[in-house]
Formats: sequence, structure tokens, C-alpha cells
Amino acid sequence: MNVRIFVPRDAGAIAVGADEVALALERAASSRGVAIDIVRTGSRGLYWLEPMVEVATPQGRVAFGPLTSADASAVLEAVITDGPHPLRLGVTENIPWLKRQTRLTFARCGVVDPRSVEDYRAHQGFKGLERALELTPDAIIADVTASGLRGRGGAGFPTGIKWKTVAQTSADRKYIVCNADEGDSGTFADRMLMEGDPFVVIEGMTIAAIAVGAAKGYIYIRSEYPHAVEAMNAAIQAARRAGYLGERIGGSRHSFDLEVRVGAGAYVCGEETSMLESIEGRRGIVRAKPPLPAHKGLFGQPTVINNLLSFATIPFILAGGAKAYAEFGMGRSRGTMPIQLAGNIRYGGLFETAFGVTLGELVDDIGGGTFTGRPVRAVQVGGPLGAYFPRALFDTPFDYEAFAARDGLIGHGGIVVFDDSVDMSRQARFAMEFCAIESCGKCTPCRIGSTRGVETIDKIRAGERVAENIAAVEDLCNTMKFGSLCALGGFTPYPVMSALKHFREDFGPAPTRLEAAE
Amino acid sequence: MTPVYEPWDAARGAEIIAEHSHLEGATLVMLHALQEAFGYVPEPAIPLIASALNLSRAEVHGVFTFYHDFRREPAAKHVLKLCRAEACQAAGGDALAAHAEARLGIGMGNTTADNRVTLEPIYCLGLCATAPSAMLDGRVVGRLDEARIDALLAEAQR
Repeated sequence: MNVRIFVPRDAGAIAVGADEVALALERAASSRGVAIDIVRTGSRGLYWLEPMVEVATPQGRVAFGPLTSADASAVLEAVITDGPHPLRLGVTENIPWLKRQTRLTFARCGVVDPRSVEDYRAHQGFKGLERALELTPDAIIADVTASGLRGRGGAGFPTGIKWKTVAQTSADRKYIVCNADEGDSGTFADRMLMEGDPFVVIEGMTIAAIAVGAAKGYIYIRSEYPHAVEAMNAAIQAARRAGYLGERIGGSRHSFDLEVRVGAGAYVCGEETSMLESIEGRRGIVRAKPPLPAHKGLFGQPTVINNLLSFATIPFILAGGAKAYAEFGMGRSRGTMPIQLAGNIRYGGLFETAFGVTLGELVDDIGGGTFTGRPVRAVQVGGPLGAYFPRALFDTPFDYEAFAARDGLIGHGGIVVFDDSVDMSRQARFAMEFCAIESCGKCTPCRIGSTRGVETIDKIRAGERVAENIAAVEDLCNTMKFGSLCALGGFTPYPVMSALKHFREDFGPAPTRLEAAE
Repeated sequence: MTPVYEPWDAARGAEIIAEHSHLEGATLVMLHALQEAFGYVPEPAIPLIASALNLSRAEVHGVFTFYHDFRREPAAKHVLKLCRAEACQAAGGDALAAHAEARLGIGMGNTTADNRVTLEPIYCLGLCATAPSAMLDGRVVGRLDEARIDALLAEAQR
């Protein structure tokens, strides 16, 4: 039997040479005259070990990494002779960083062939859909509600209630929209799933369609993710061929089909109403709410909009896991969160764990501190609209309410680590600048406020009437927070205010600091 | 790999637009398809989309100009996008961007005089655990340092 070697096709692995490694392994095998089968999987999410390849053995998969193409021949030799190799990491599942996770949403990512319906089925795939087809819509929604799942895009709205609203709204047409416009820096969980386990997204959206009575769904993927777009389109075609999308799904009376829509570089289109405008073919201008999208959403019809991670968690819940899911977590944050460790971090990657783990554990213990080896000074949690946390707040548990209580947010679960060379007034300026670049322009606090914010922070950095200008920025932040139509203008104050509050020493003329940061 | 684009041709443009006119809300899909074929969205394509979708020319122009991705003129032979978002900033991305600008002698968003390289900022490629990252003509590259940036620049300038 041929040796089966698993090499990721995840963009994060490709970016550090996975394609070259796959090619080198093939060449090494043919020059040695051994037959190997290379299976391109997603990534396990241990990015400091990428490209990480795995080999099927009787003991389970054994990992090697991080490989370069120059290592291919020696690694292949170690595989064939079961011999030692410096990059041998042992049985993948026993790698401590992976072993201490609770992978429910990411159970299959990095394991299965993302192009194969059969492989998905062989790993518990479509079990949730099969059960959903036997249930009434009310019973499906009851399961989702019982799981305690809250929207993983950041707002944390209970998914079951959203679905119920759409189910109870009568209309000829309803839609399911998956938000895969993962624009927050420091986040890549949606991308990993689309590239590593796309069928779980299809299954979750199909279950939603059955629950609310929708026949058509859209997945809105950002254009910065070409590999994910390709993977998702391939999966949709494969699912159609296998009868999991299209007319009479799995022989049932339900019909549902999916279409991928690609964004065009506008961050604001991750905001749900702006996304609807974009899918409808218009400028991504935010809509005022109400009406809620659940009542009047895509093309004016009742629409379920969920983050990709929310949909990807549904199959586990529907496959009899609602109670098990709810047992994880703390307070009102139930279940697990795929947390993404990024930026200047030693062990960066995807860490799915129950809510309640502290920020300090995530950054210092699991993340191993910075890769530069310098002390951690600040971490930004929740993307460009998330607050900067100092070490003093590292006891904050990962939980929607706990972060809100400390003027922050968990957002989509991204954590970006900065070392002590960071200049926090520069980060605050960037938050305003990014808002100015990406503002849709509809509401004044966001459109004008962000530009004024940049100008005022520039004055502070230049040492111009520092106290007065800091007061002006604080005032401006209040206006933006309470006067903006959506989270872009409304949350940009989080990084700015947190930088001001926790890192005040970086604001104003401090020549030595400024020089050190340049 | 250098992308190869067709020269603008109105009949070909109309054909591409027609291929997508059955879709709901097809404007963005059409703009993407046109840019994929021609490397940019030529001005004469805007009224063609408008008439295919029964929209005003101004509406289509508004959509076209809202999104950062769409180009009104062709880019250089190679497009190098450097991630400028927070995770890459934390990993030293600002210094690398300044290095690339200095090496090419242009600022972000500009094209070299020999029309070989367009340098653009991008806000997150989702490669945040292997930062800093970049994309050269659609190919993703992570764990950038000065040596790797120089190699990319040399490749783009060839």
C-alpha cells in the first residue's frame, strides 16, 4: 500500500512553502522509487510548524515540521524506515498544543481532504443534516437555542433567536447568508475552515435553510481570500453532485442551493447590512436598522445572516451535541471559541477552547509570548475595532461579558500581540486612519470623525497642546461611539480609547520613545 | 507567474456581461469578471453593464468606485500587495513596507516608471500567524523579512 502523506493546501501553509514541499516530496519519492499518495488537507493551525506534513501510520498520523523542500528527502527516508528525524513531532494528536484544545468546530480541519464529500462523510460529516431532516423546524431551532450558541462574528447575538425570527416571518422567499468577509486583522478562522473543511459550512447553512424555510443561500467571501473562494466553489460543486445541494436534498422534500459572492476589498462589507447591499450589487453602504435583516434582509426578504463560524458549529450541535456544547464555557458564553493567536507571537495559530480561558493564559502560556523574545506590551483583541489590553488586564477571561466589562470586545476571536517596541499613539492613529479609509460615508461621525481623529492624534504626537487635544479625541470618540450607524464608526473608539487609557505615556512629545519606535 | 490579460474589446466585454446577467444583483460579479479578463475595468464597460442590468450609468459608476479592488487603468506587469494591518504591523511590517518603497522608489499605491511593479497596501490576507505577509500576483508569501522582500522585489523587477 502506498504511503499516505498529508500536506496542507491552506493559504497560510502555502505562504511558507507547502506547495514546494509537496513537490519536493513527490520528486524524492520518485527518485527513490517508492509510491506515495499526497493528500492536500487544510491546516491543523499550528502555524509556527508550517509547512507541517503528516504521515499515516498504524499509531495514527505522525507529524513533521516545519519543513522546507530541502528536508523532503530526509523526511521521506525517516517515514519509510520509521527512523528518527529532527523535525519529527510524534503523533499529531499528542502534540500538547493540539491536545489541550477542545476542537468541536475545527474537529476535521487539517484532517480531511477538503475536496472530498466521501472523506467528509467518513469523518461524521452530514450527521447533523441527516438528523435535521428528521426533525421539525421548531425542533431544529430548539436545539440551536439549547446549545447557547451566540453569533461568532462578534456581536454575540443568540443564533437560535435569530433563526426563530426568520422562521416566524412569512414570505415567499427567504435567504441564508454566510458572512465570510473576515476582514479583521489577526483573524483567519473562517479562511482555515473554508480551505480545510468547507462541507461543514455547507451543512450548517443547509440546516439553517431547513429550519427557516429558505431555498437559496449566499456565501460572501472577501477577495483577499482567493484560495478560500476556490475551495468553497469546489465544495459546492461536489456537494451538488452528491445530492447535498440542489433539488430534494438527500431525497427529502427540501431544496437548497448556494452561491459564492466575492467582495471587492471593502472592510465595511463585513457589516451585515452593508454586505446585503454588496450582494445585491450596490455600494456597500450600511442600512439603518430597523428593519432587521431577519424581517427585511437580502432583496427585501427575511434573511438569516450568520458568521461562518456560527454556521460551521451547527452540524455538531444538530448531530446530538446541543447539550454537550452548552456544557462548555462560562456565564452566558457557552461552548467553544476558535481563538486566533497572531502578530508578534511565538506559537501562533488556531486554538479552539471553551470560553473562560484567560487572556494571559492565551498570550503567555499557549502563545509563548513574542517571537522577537521581547516582553509583551499590548494585545489587541477582536480586530481593528477591538481594544488594546495591557498586561495588567491579562486576568480577563475570554467571555463576551467579561471583555465588555473592561471596555473591550472579543469580536471574531483574534488576538494580535505586540512587543515593547510598539508606539501606542501610532496604533491609535492607525485605528482612526483605517476607519477613514474604510468608512462607507453614510453617517457623519464615522466619515468626518475618523479623519478629524487622525489629524488630532497627529497634533498630540507632535506635542501640540497635548492635554486639550487628548480631551478633543476623547470627546470625538464619544460622538463616534454613540452617533455612528454601525460598528465601524461605533467601535473605532475602542482601540483609540484603550490606548489612551492604558498607555497614556505614549501620547504627547516623548522624544526618546518616539525615536526608539522609529 | 505574470498574469496575461486580453486587450479591451467591446464585443468581448458585452459577452462577459451577458454570461452573468441571469444572476441576482450581478453588478459586482460583472465588474470582477471584466477585471479578470482585461486586468482593469475599461470606462466603456460601465454603460454596457448599466444597460444589461437596467441601471443608470451613474449607479454602476458608483459601485465601481466604491470598492478598492476595481482598477480604472491597467496595473503594472506585477502587482505586489503588502499587508499593512495590525498583525503585520506587530511583526515588523511597517519597516518592511518602508524598505520596499525605498527599493522601488515609489510610495504605496503607485507604479514604477518602467511599469514593472505596482505596489499596493492590503488590509489583511488572513496570514496573521505567519506575519508579515504579502501577495505577489496572487501568490501568497508569509514570514517576510528583508531578504525575502528583496527576493520578491527582484522577481517582480525581472
